[in-house]
Amino acid sequence: MAASSRAQVLDLYRAMLRESKHFSAYNYRSYAIRRIRDAFRENKSVKDPVQIQALMNKAKRDLGIIRRQVHIGQMYSTDKLIIENQEKPRT
Amino acid sequence: MLLRTSWRLVAAAAPAALWPRAKAPTRGLRLRVVDHAPQSAVPSDAATAPEAESVLRPLYMDVQATTPLDPRVLDAMLPYLVNYYGNPHSRTHAYGWESEAAMERARQQVASLIGADPREIIFTSGATESNNIAIKELEAAIQPDTSLVSVMTVNNEIGVKQPIAEIGHICSSRKVYFHTDAAQAVGKIPLDVNDMKIDLMSISGHKIYGPKGVGAIYIRRRPRVRVEALQSGGGQERGMRSGTVPTPLVVGLGAACEVAQQEMEYDHKRISKLAERLTQKIMKSLPDVVMNGDPEHHYPGCINLSFAYVEGESLLMALKDVALSSGSACTSASLEPSYVLRAIGTDEDLAHSSIRFGIGRFTTEEEVDYTVEKCIYHVKRLREMSPLWEMVQDGIDLKSIKWTQH
Repeated sequence: MAASSRAQVLDLYRAMLRESKHFSAYNYRSYAIRRIRDAFRENKSVKDPVQIQALMNKAKRDLGIIRRQVHIGQMYSTDKLIIENQEKPRT
Repeated sequence: MLLRTSWRLVAAAAPAALWPRAKAPTRGLRLRVVDHAPQSAVPSDAATAPEAESVLRPLYMDVQATTPLDPRVLDAMLPYLVNYYGNPHSRTHAYGWESEAAMERARQQVASLIGADPREIIFTSGATESNNIAIKELEAAIQPDTSLVSVMTVNNEIGVKQPIAEIGHICSSRKVYFHTDAAQAVGKIPLDVNDMKIDLMSISGHKIYGPKGVGAIYIRRRPRVRVEALQSGGGQERGMRSGTVPTPLVVGLGAACEVAQQEMEYDHKRISKLAERLTQKIMKSLPDVVMNGDPEHHYPGCINLSFAYVEGESLLMALKDVALSSGSACTSASLEPSYVLRAIGTDEDLAHSSIRFGIGRFTTEEEVDYTVEKCIYHVKRLREMSPLWEMVQDGIDLKSIKWTQH
């Protein structure tokens, strides 16, 4: 399989962000969005295709974790935090 | 055949109706907080807003007491709570083997975080049990001149970092055992048991975004440190801690350690920035605020501030929308001021005015700003009501007052 193209990386980035926005817990939601952005930004200039593939594989596993944990969080969701109705819903 | 297909189509078409989403019972403490949404002049239809009050949870700023599970940790644990439920000490079947493999993988993850060998990690029920095992070693010592030095790596009340490497080298040269309770430090600052010459280390799961009820003790093999078991039984964990190792919990501890190793630098950078923001904003807006603990040798995520002329408990009650603490959770039932503050020579009155702010991996800038805003507001309000504050404003030196007896 050829190394991941720029388009594939961007697709995965968008998929991870999209999924993370569904965390019902404010702290998990904000952490996931922030961490994903920072991680992809940090690795923006990696050139080695082996390293890129390793990072992509880890990101795909993390996307799986996010999907499952979002689902569990929604099943066990509770009241919002005091701070949530004051700011825009998706940070 | 046709009948079966049509049933399948019906089942696929109306899942929502047939399987109503089972909502987990909510047992959270419900605060009655009035929602200050703007009331429109036109009365809205009754169906949408029967009550003006909504129920909202406080922000969590007490990470030194305990931490939330990182989603990556829960994800690692769940399979062992659902399908892979074997006893890791069962040697005769796949359930046991897969559970044992998970336990050993977790052991390696914990060891890797502190630069140890997996054979030096014994799983326990938490840092408290680990501390007890380490201290009991002192009683088990045969030589009259054997002794043990035990120091907290990072203090849980004021966040001070002890000079572990220096202490370790001194102990090693004097042939004295060195134990450290690293519950608040593991995964947050770099620790290496060989560089720092640590012989025994206590690790807590729920301080590093892992599950409660699990921890570990690191026991050096070279040179051998002998400990006496606290609980006896089936001889698990090399005879040092009998009892079935709880695979789901240790998998969680291992995952938490692995995540911590990966995220340590990122978390430290972000937490330092947020801590700086919190202290600067508070100190800029309020006079007579003291930060407890050495500012240079300090873990940023634990900020202990004393607000002069304000009683700590009343400030905590006022900040009801933020989960905070003053002093250690372990002794929170008593009204005594913190022994730590007393030990560093804090005045009695300042010791009673201390609040501990905890900043962790999941704390946001918005939460820090909200906490700061509420803190400043309530400190000002409480000071307005304080006769002591009034006297200080009039220029009276409180220390010169002779309080008469009635």
